[in-house]
Amino acid sequence: MKSFIAFIIKEYYHIIRDKRSLLILLGMPIVQIILFGYGITNEINDANIAILDNSKDNITKEISNKLLSTKYFKLKRYLDSEREIEKSFKSGEIKQVLVFEPHFAENLQKFGSASIHLITDGTDPNIGNTIMNYTNSIILNYQSEMNVNLAGIINVLPEVKMRYNPELKGVYLFVPGLITIILNLISAMMTSISIAREKEMGTMEVLLVSPMKPIFVIVAKLIPYSLISFSITIIILILGGTIFNVPITGSLGFLLLECILYLFLGLSMGILISTIAPTQQVAMFISMIGLMLPTILLSGFIIPIENMPYWLQILSNIIPAKWFIIIIKDIMLKGSGITFVWKETLIIVLMITFLLIVSAKKYKIRLQ
Amino acid sequence: MSNFIIQTNKLTKKFGKFVAANELTFEVKKGEIFGFLGANGAGKTTAIRMLCGLSKPSSGSATVAGFDIYTQTESIKKNIGYMSQKFSLYNDLTVLENLAFFGGIYGLSKNVVKEKSQELITKLQIEEHKDKLVESLPLGWKQKLAFLTSVIHNPKIIFLDEPTGGVDPITRRKFWDLIYEASENGITVFITTHYMDESEYCNRVSIMVDGEIVELDTPHNLKEKYDCNKMDDVFVKIARKSKRVE
Repeated sequence: MKSFIAFIIKEYYHIIRDKRSLLILLGMPIVQIILFGYGITNEINDANIAILDNSKDNITKEISNKLLSTKYFKLKRYLDSEREIEKSFKSGEIKQVLVFEPHFAENLQKFGSASIHLITDGTDPNIGNTIMNYTNSIILNYQSEMNVNLAGIINVLPEVKMRYNPELKGVYLFVPGLITIILNLISAMMTSISIAREKEMGTMEVLLVSPMKPIFVIVAKLIPYSLISFSITIIILILGGTIFNVPITGSLGFLLLECILYLFLGLSMGILISTIAPTQQVAMFISMIGLMLPTILLSGFIIPIENMPYWLQILSNIIPAKWFIIIIKDIMLKGSGITFVWKETLIIVLMITFLLIVSAKKYKIRLQ
Repeated sequence: MSNFIIQTNKLTKKFGKFVAANELTFEVKKGEIFGFLGANGAGKTTAIRMLCGLSKPSSGSATVAGFDIYTQTESIKKNIGYMSQKFSLYNDLTVLENLAFFGGIYGLSKNVVKEKSQELITKLQIEEHKDKLVESLPLGWKQKLAFLTSVIHNPKIIFLDEPTGGVDPITRRKFWDLIYEASENGITVFITTHYMDESEYCNRVSIMVDGEIVELDTPHNLKEKYDCNKMDDVFVKIARKSKRVE
């Protein structure tokens, strides 16, 4: 026990002496959450649009006003002719043009239909799509309101509600996603680098020759790093809750328990990496390329898994982050308990077991 | 207990078909300075690793400090010290923190560690540097410090694997003073080195070629046998027989 404590104190010195790494470790999540929360988002606010109103009647005015009264759109200018459309798009000042056909209100009354031409900038398909959907739904909404006023027509008015994230805020997805990625990366990378450092410096041999059991060497290393990873989780949760109002609908205790479990997964990955990597650089390289890229790309954090080609969907199953993202989103946003996420939890437990068994095998081979 | 602190009998280590150490049979007497010589790749490190319990022998037997290297590695580890060719203190810890750590993993109490540290710092005359990070010390000091750290728990045997690599002759000389002192205190010294002048300081030396011990005697006897003035020449004569090409 005495030796165990001496070891943890030593690790503590390593961590606080390396101020730069510590700053990166604690600062990275904060910067990322702010970047992701504010910057990278699918929401559209104040998208610039132009309107070419060839009719200039009451109804076209009403529709235009309705669009512009939302926070999503801002009128850049009214256009006077078709020719100006191309110019405005090219100059990059607008994302969408609404073209009302001539005699809009008249047509509507006479024939029961009139057309609006929506031209959207498709250079960024995601944004283009979103803008178009917003516009569409606002116009449809207007239309149904009109229908209510006209008696005698049967209306089916779908009332749409997005459950668990009514405003479709991107940050609701990013906070759980970030916790998933960062928790995994930091715990795996820190552990593997710190064990690899002992090997590189030759101190590992000294430790192995000492009466301290190898398993204690590893466990003593894991404790400080789990504490750091765990505090980072707390920081992200607090930031998410205070700045971006991401709720924790489910039980906080259960959420933290799952986080700890997932943290163990990262640590066991780190141990496995360190059994392969002879130097800190190799450990870093494996963690970054071998772990970070697949984790970010295949976990469903950025690219929805349903949109991937079939073989990538299969491959994504071996990415632990994929399962944890499901768990953490369910707990935070839907308020699920263990009865809903036991399958994913079990998968993570199995993964930890697998990683530890493989590491133990590798470790033994090294000792022979 | 016999007069021998290390006894090996046909100790062999194979990696696949490669025989790194072949039927090593030798004894190390209590309190002596035993030089374990051999060219690079002769199998010295393999042998040391087996004796320290870091690696399991393929066959043969051995006892270290009276304990069996197959079944009693834990007891062996408590009774040996080890310093390798790679520098083995923590650079980002201060002198005192390093001592506290190594004392700690050998289970020494706080008071003992304090006492020992003070003793050691006085001996090396580094009072004003005790709270400095080890990385800021000159290499010579580091190595002396590493040596004294490796005997902080008063081991019966200290294994030194090329401890003086990359150090200037004066520092090496001072390093050897420390080794003599440890030896006088009853610690058996098991040392590998590339510097043949150092092998002259040993009580007895063994010379390994291609995984086998081909000579084991006092430096004096070996020089007589091979009709040389210096151990350097003895070593060259013997090591030439090597078939292992690097």
